[in-house]
Amino acid sequence: MTATPLSSSQGAGRAGDKIFSGAALAAGCLILAVLFGVALFLVVQAIPALTAPAAEIQGGAGFFAYIWPIVIGTLIAAVIALVIATPVAIGVALFISHFAPRGLANGLGYVVDLLAAIPSVIYGAWGAAFLAKEISPAYNWLAENMGWLPIFQGPASATGKTILTAGIVLSVMVLPIITSLTREIFLQTPKLHEEAALALGATRWEMIRMSVLPFARPGIISAVMLGLGRALGETMAVALVLSSGALTASLITSGNQTIAAEIALNFPEASGLKVSTLIAAGLVLFLITLAVNMIARWIISRHKEFSGAN
Amino acid sequence: MSSTLTPVRSKRSALTKGQLPAFAPYVVLAAALIIGAAILALIGFNTFGWGIVSALLFAVGLVSWSAMVEGSRKAKDKLATCLVVGSFLIALLPLISVIWTVLVNGLPGLIAPGFLTNSMNGVTGVYDNKAVEEGAPVIGGIYHALIGTIQMTVLATIISVPVGLLTAIYLVEYGNDGRLARAITFFVDVMTGIPSIVAGLFAAAFFFAVVGPGTKTGAVAAVALSVLMIPVVVRSSEEMLKIVPNELREAAYALGVRKWRTIVKVVIPTAISGIASGVTLAIARVIGETAPILVTAGFATSINNNVFGGWMASLPTFIYTQILNPTSPANPDPSSQRAWGAALVLIILVMILNLGARLIARIFAPKTGR
Repeated sequence: MTATPLSSSQGAGRAGDKIFSGAALAAGCLILAVLFGVALFLVVQAIPALTAPAAEIQGGAGFFAYIWPIVIGTLIAAVIALVIATPVAIGVALFISHFAPRGLANGLGYVVDLLAAIPSVIYGAWGAAFLAKEISPAYNWLAENMGWLPIFQGPASATGKTILTAGIVLSVMVLPIITSLTREIFLQTPKLHEEAALALGATRWEMIRMSVLPFARPGIISAVMLGLGRALGETMAVALVLSSGALTASLITSGNQTIAAEIALNFPEASGLKVSTLIAAGLVLFLITLAVNMIARWIISRHKEFSGAN
Repeated sequence: MSSTLTPVRSKRSALTKGQLPAFAPYVVLAAALIIGAAILALIGFNTFGWGIVSALLFAVGLVSWSAMVEGSRKAKDKLATCLVVGSFLIALLPLISVIWTVLVNGLPGLIAPGFLTNSMNGVTGVYDNKAVEEGAPVIGGIYHALIGTIQMTVLATIISVPVGLLTAIYLVEYGNDGRLARAITFFVDVMTGIPSIVAGLFAAAFFFAVVGPGTKTGAVAAVALSVLMIPVVVRSSEEMLKIVPNELREAAYALGVRKWRTIVKVVIPTAISGIASGVTLAIARVIGETAPILVTAGFATSINNNVFGGWMASLPTFIYTQILNPTSPANPDPSSQRAWGAALVLIILVMILNLGARLIARIFAPKTGR
């Protein structure tokens, strides 16, 4: 082999190729390293809180006594958000995919996406300044008329800054996520199924119930799970809206707290063991959302294999 | 005209028998609005209640009329349509309400003199008390927060875009759907689901361990924002690179072009519109993030131009602190005016970025057809 101008220029190109593919590989590995780092650094910084004597943790009864109520509070807020958001989101997604006029559908989808674009702190401010005030008469009514239910036990909060308000604000925030995911799934329904149902004389609702919803069920479940992941980790809406306190069953009095809001409210002024306690709380939140998200992804991937949609 | 021999009682043919006339929804709507107004007039009128009551009356009226004329199947269909349209209208309510609240409360703050050009340095409760009690102008502004937001977001973009884009290139061009590529895809999905506050805690924990306890600077916040931004950039760029036709790559290879030159000169330019709009959307997402900045950059009331040293303010944390810890606890109104003004600025920024993403996608879209 002789070194011709051609092959020598190829040598330079080969180096470029190596550098470029190496950089791409490094970037991919960096992401893995970062995620590993997230877990590692959270664990390392959290260990002091887990090993410290119980009396030194806030509340004086150890880390698990501290984290338990706020885990429950987080779940309560997220469940309220999903209970409200899921039916509305499915309705909106159906409206955009099957009811709205074709020309309008894209624009309407964009309007719903705008909901997702509004920063969470603005939702929090809106919830605290507007929604809480407007909704507190409804809480009074609930306390008077439904007070026999433990979740509506009075006296209702005068400011309306309760876990139910926080849940409603969260539901507005997860609505666009569930909507956009379910809309995609609804649009993937095989056209032939829909047309077959219509040709047999089904009304539009019967067509949706018989062909669209059965097809989309796994997709809806995973969309709701992803919404749950978002609702669990959402911070500002709760931090600004909820006047927090001890764990209570009643949704319309002040009380309860979520992990994310607890961290946001206390971390800026924290020092020493308190920092590790809060980081340990963050680790717990990370693990919960990780589990929820992985289950959702698993449902999606299983769905992909069997539906023949792709 | 002449009269017919057998007077026809209805003009409707047998084919359209048993159907509601086309004008039925409008009749029911008008009736519902009138009856709704009457009911509300009895218990005290308000527009919101009128809308709710009328909507319920409309649904009940239309469905029961349909059940009488058309039978239960058509009635169920009508009910489902009402519910679906109703849920869309319900979803619009918070959007309108949020934007209206921010506009109404934010405009006085935004047009206050010096709001965009002053910081909160030296603004104390004394001035706020004066503003409320003596009607002096509300002073103090968001200049320092704007500087902070822009610096942190730019730094986060500088970190995230190369990493995210290169990862997407690896996944599409080099990964071959191998084990590493699948692991990266999976963990990018996982990263998408990281709560923003956990990303903030990670950056804080990382810098506490590496630099020293209590390290809070704009750069730490930028790292936290990158953790949130990278997965968004990877996913959108990956989608865009995937739809670049393989023929383009093969044509380049056939001309003897190196793979990396093909990617840089052919693949990326073809996909640049989608990539750019994806990056813009990612910026729009992180620019409004509050929680990670709160735990990583602290708060500042004065201008800090150094992203690598000292506490830094940002628009979202400015809003948060002004609402939660008003400058003058006795008179929180000036603080809330500033907070809403900042919220308006933030919402305008986010909307501009969102519209910009659409424009970029349209302007730089590769010319197809001829």
